[in-house]
Amino acid sequence: MSLTELRILSPTAILGYGFPLASFHAGLDRDPHVIAVDAGSTDPGPYYLGSGKSFTQRSAVKRDLRYMIEAALTRKIPLIIGTAGGSGAKPHVDWNLAIVEEILKELKLTAQVGVIYSDIDRDFLIDELRNGRVKPLGPVDELTEEDILASTNLVAQMGLEPIMQALEDGAEIILAGRAYDPTVFAALPVMKGFDMALALHMGKILECAAIAATPGSGSDCLMGTLSRDSFVLEALNPERECTRISVAAHTLYEKSDPYTLPGPGGVLDLHETTFEQLPGGKVRVAGTKFIPTEGYFLKLEGASLIGYRTISISGVRDPIMINQIDEIIARVKDRVADNFQELRDYQLHVHCYGKNGVMGQLEPHPEPAHELGLVIEAVAPTQEIADTICSFARSTMLHYGYQGRKATAGNLAFPYSPSDVSAGAVYKFSVYHLLKVDDPKSLFPVKMGRSGL
Amino acid sequence: MRYVKDVALVIRSKNAGPYELTFDLMFPDLNVYNEVRHSITKEKIAALYQIDESKVLSIIHFEPAYAVKITIVRPRPSGDLGETDVYGAQQHTPLFELTY
Repeated sequence: MSLTELRILSPTAILGYGFPLASFHAGLDRDPHVIAVDAGSTDPGPYYLGSGKSFTQRSAVKRDLRYMIEAALTRKIPLIIGTAGGSGAKPHVDWNLAIVEEILKELKLTAQVGVIYSDIDRDFLIDELRNGRVKPLGPVDELTEEDILASTNLVAQMGLEPIMQALEDGAEIILAGRAYDPTVFAALPVMKGFDMALALHMGKILECAAIAATPGSGSDCLMGTLSRDSFVLEALNPERECTRISVAAHTLYEKSDPYTLPGPGGVLDLHETTFEQLPGGKVRVAGTKFIPTEGYFLKLEGASLIGYRTISISGVRDPIMINQIDEIIARVKDRVADNFQELRDYQLHVHCYGKNGVMGQLEPHPEPAHELGLVIEAVAPTQEIADTICSFARSTMLHYGYQGRKATAGNLAFPYSPSDVSAGAVYKFSVYHLLKVDDPKSLFPVKMGRSGL
Repeated sequence: MRYVKDVALVIRSKNAGPYELTFDLMFPDLNVYNEVRHSITKEKIAALYQIDESKVLSIIHFEPAYAVKITIVRPRPSGDLGETDVYGAQQHTPLFELTY
């Protein structure tokens, strides 16, 4: 029996961001063939990938997943979760898996759970680097062996193939590590013979759920209906609708080029894509093409520890001081460097809100406001050194005798006691490159197991 | 001389991956889009952000959304030392000075 259309429910933009139950039920009423959700993003910065922690809260993720698991198992449709735990490395996937198992026990249900890790072995990647199969992605330096070795977590974005394998193996719940966002939505349609370009393009929009509707929301559901030659998007909350513009505009979101969207194995080409308004707040999309690249490339992501951070927040109201703030900050930095000549390995930075705190060097108007917010930030190889540097910079600035000073009792207003906060580990993105592979599945083995009860 | 901000529906910034910053300007209809889009140049963007023109990676016209998309190299990778805006969502205001 050949399906003429395939319906996909995307409950929320990121697992844990929530959704109104009325929207979710409206989606279930449309009898979806699969429920899929993207759980990750690199947007919150390198800390989460590097540390192995999720940027979403456990109780919020559990709340969302509970409804999805119950609905999927009751209806005997697959539930597919991509980039589990926010960044998709093993600690993230295992964290998410524990939540899935806990829910299954509470619901007294069992399920075939397919887990797909996406971690890349460092020695393997070093070999591939030496073999010339790794290249930078965008304005990034060439990868080095040091970058690879320094990465605490190192993942590759899987394409459709590992998820299709898990579906073929009979998984009822799929928990995928780092996955190209559209794959969790497109895997079932492609397996059923639907056009890959349309399935991926639909996935590209569904992964942000109701952000593509108007008014947009990252915590509401979106329904996608894929047919042979087009797909239709529908908001499931009567307060929102999909418009031609809201859907087309979403194609721009967080991407550098809306016409060519690169992914594993090829690019989506939107030059001939049409967006057509349908009655009832729906939009039909057609014409998208998939152009395979020469060779199959996976996107690699890694993050490495660069130290530990301590911050101190304060305000400055004195206009005599504000007029010299850059000079004062420079002198304080000199004073710290002079006092701790044996500690060369720290970074000291002062964010100056009310002047250029938001835009830094990009700020075209760095004229200070009548009051400034300062964040003194020290990053050092140990927390203790960061604490020391931040504390010394803070006390030096508090009592610094600048030119023409009248307020000789203290220069800074602190909202808190203690004034300094040890903010913990700091990571940076260390790997953002492409890896050429021969087999799209070889790095992403599917682990099947029965969970629950 | 007129300001682009007075006719644009949306002027926003966001990361496009950890190494790029992307700006979207969306216009209400095809006429306004066509009237404004060619006046947005790499030279003007570089001047507004005080960066070298080579750091302005692309300016793309996207008619389906009546939009112009500008992408520049991030001052530093997202979250790296000295970061001021991890998501890159508040880097758009210099575009309010763009004229056509």
